[in-house]
Amino acid sequence: MSAAIETVDLVKTFGHTKALDGLSLTVKEGEVHGFLGPNGAGKTTTLRCLLGLLRADSGSATVLGRDTWRDAVELHRHLAYVPGDVSLWPNLTGGEVIDLLGRLRGGLNGQRRAELIEIFDLDPTKKSRAYSKGNKQKVALIAALASDVELLLLDEPTAGLDPLMESMFRTLILEWRGEGRSVLLSSHILSEAEALSDRLSIIREGRIVETGTLEQMRHLRRTSVTAHLRATPVGIDALTGVHEVVVEGTHLTCQVDAEALDGLLPLLSTFGIEAIVTQPPSLEQLFLQHYGQAST
Amino acid sequence: MNRFAGTLTLTRFALRRDRVLLPVWIVIFPLLTVSSASATVALYPDEASRIIAASAINDVPVAIAMYGRIWDPTSLGALSLLKLAAMGGVMIGILAIMLVTRHARAEEEKGRTELIGSAVVGRWAGLSAAVIVTCTAMVAIGALSAVGLTAVGLPAAGSWAFGLAWATTGMAFAAIAAITNQLTVSARAANAMAMIILAVAYLLRAVGDISSDESSPSVLSWFSPIGWGQQVRPYAGDRFAVLFLPLVFTAVALWAAFLLESRRDLGGGLLPDRAGRGTAAPSLASPLALAWRLQYPMLVGWLAAYVILSGIVGSIVNDLSGMLDTPEARRMVAALGGTDVMLDAFTAMEFAMIAFVTAAYGIVAARRLATEESDGHAEPVLATSVSRTSYLVSHLLVALVGTALLALAQGASFGLATAAQTGSMDRVGATVAASLSYLPAIWLMTGLVILLFGFVPRLTFLAWVLLVGFFLVAEIGALLEWPQWVMDTSPFAHMPKLPAAEMAWTPLVVLTILSAALMAVGAWRFRQRDLDTP
Ligand SMILES: Nc1ncnc2c1ncn2[C@@H]1O[C@H](COP(=O)(O)OP(=O)(O)O)[C@@H](O)[C@H]1O
Ligand SMILES: [Mg+2]
Repeated sequence: MSAAIETVDLVKTFGHTKALDGLSLTVKEGEVHGFLGPNGAGKTTTLRCLLGLLRADSGSATVLGRDTWRDAVELHRHLAYVPGDVSLWPNLTGGEVIDLLGRLRGGLNGQRRAELIEIFDLDPTKKSRAYSKGNKQKVALIAALASDVELLLLDEPTAGLDPLMESMFRTLILEWRGEGRSVLLSSHILSEAEALSDRLSIIREGRIVETGTLEQMRHLRRTSVTAHLRATPVGIDALTGVHEVVVEGTHLTCQVDAEALDGLLPLLSTFGIEAIVTQPPSLEQLFLQHYGQAST
Repeated sequence: MNRFAGTLTLTRFALRRDRVLLPVWIVIFPLLTVSSASATVALYPDEASRIIAASAINDVPVAIAMYGRIWDPTSLGALSLLKLAAMGGVMIGILAIMLVTRHARAEEEKGRTELIGSAVVGRWAGLSAAVIVTCTAMVAIGALSAVGLTAVGLPAAGSWAFGLAWATTGMAFAAIAAITNQLTVSARAANAMAMIILAVAYLLRAVGDISSDESSPSVLSWFSPIGWGQQVRPYAGDRFAVLFLPLVFTAVALWAAFLLESRRDLGGGLLPDRAGRGTAAPSLASPLALAWRLQYPMLVGWLAAYVILSGIVGSIVNDLSGMLDTPEARRMVAALGGTDVMLDAFTAMEFAMIAFVTAAYGIVAARRLATEESDGHAEPVLATSVSRTSYLVSHLLVALVGTALLALAQGASFGLATAAQTGSMDRVGATVAASLSYLPAIWLMTGLVILLFGFVPRLTFLAWVLLVGFFLVAEIGALLEWPQWVMDTSPFAHMPKLPAAEMAWTPLVVLTILSAALMAVGAWRFRQRDLDTP
């Protein structure tokens, strides 16, 4: 398969801030690629470089085989972008914005537009100034998803959506991929990227620090377990794959590798479980776990 | 919760935001007053010269319409501050309106009020802070002007009458803006509505003052906050009691504004937002169509104002010949070259001034590029297959065509109004040509905005600074005897002053080429640079 997006050693500085520091990212054609990183890591900057809105200091970036700066106008016919902070013209209605952006991109699928408006439950006759953050995001999403393009660039697209809409969004993205089209999905929420992505790239301080399929990244997954037991637990830290064990009376917290859960739970039940909470790690925790040393 | 809670905090916050801009305005107004007064003081050393100058104004309806009447022809102060009473009232009114909206509706529109509203801040605190900041600025401007005028040797009582008249006029317009801020949802519309009221106030007193006799204006002038300021009659009676009118008006209008504020939702306006169309018109399919869609309401408003105002001024100018019924006046006019020459001179004077207003429109329209970018509206458009050049050209075209339409409307309306009275279309061609002849200078200002936008979009406001500078050059440069090279910096100074003078093509061609060059460089640079993000 050829690459939908290919950047090599992209560098972008703003004054003294090095927003991108040699970023090399590859998104294959037909895949949903999760682009993960904490706030300020450089996700938005990367997307803006890919769109030719920013000019990289050095390095190369091609999207759909075209140079992102020189061929921007032609390239944009084939992709759709949903910015993270959607800001619409207050005097235009949602419906007008959807049509306008679609037409400027080269055309809109009218039937698809109507379906999406239905699915997202959007009132397209309202002036944009009356929309909430989530509704503005819906407008931008509908404009993007109703376009006949090969690639979607999404910058934290679910930040303002409620859980119901978020699950709609996931279904739509999977449909989209089913048609053989590609998506670059930036997010700072691990679970969201996991649910949708074929492959993931993790960005930190302007560089890609991990890239691969979910399977390949299994080692990044450590579940945090908090349990109230009837008796004081012993011998927990002896298990392999269980880390940072803290026992306070009958109260236990620890971090567990995905493979080690099988071993932990039977052991805990021998002490009598009153309550147990497991939590996937937040992205920030992940970075602390795996890259904490690298930054110091 | 106390509805005023947090007013002090918000006031401090607003003052911090305006820590540069506000002091600049507070200093500029008194400086303008004092420099123009001191220049006039030097021009008319004795009473006889003042009486001649005063009657040259009091006998000419256009001058009365534009500036008002001089109520005491012997008064040095009344003569020196004539222009700044009416025109200054308009300028201070604009400042007051912009300040209130900037801190009230604009904050709310951007959603900052919502953030603040969730902290311990009462419902009325935002509006109160905006009004307090504005009124404080008005009082500061008035007081500094009074002190400055006294310092250049004018009577203290008159100086304070002038300063307080300015301050209270500003406060009245602050209160009007406080009301329009409650009615509309967008800051732009709130400003526009208040500005229309300001224009009407100016016109009311223009018509009222023309129909005035020696001792009192017609009742119309008493319906205008700008008229109130003039009726205080600084240096010509110092009627301090008149100041109660704007003060009472301000109090009542503010009370109404706060009442309205409690009757609406946060972020909402009292005038309902109608549901719009669910799909875009088929024509809304290009950057130019978008620019037009965003900008035409403002252009239509400007065009309407231009047609009406120029029509009024045009018909007043023509009255001139009818008004000259005293033998002395006829002799004076004959000495100056006859009525036609006088008419041409007045027309040229008024067109030279309107050219600055048209240039202001061009700056506003072209600066839309910068605000669209900083509001984050340019990003989604440039992420579609729209090139940087066609994006820039879209708003630029609105500015160029808009200014041309305004110039055309002004010249035609002025000429036709004259024609309606004289029954002859002779002068229409000349007035249209005269107003169009300023376009190269106007477009140079547009070009400047584009140049700045290409390099540093945040600095496009510098075009305003230059325009104000050029305006001062034109209005008071000669009076203050500024050196010729300073006067020559203004593109407006090189325009051929039609219809009073001969047509001169060279400056027009040179300035047109120059402005095209500025636009080309700005567009070239915009293609190279990063898009700014909010
Ligand atoms: N226009 C800009 N000017 C200055 N600094 C910027 C600009 N845009 C981004 N940055 C900086 O670059 C870094 C990366 O930002 P961004 O790409 O927005 O991160 P993310 O989208 O991952 O949260 C941050 O430190 C941010 O402050
Ligand atoms: Mg971001």
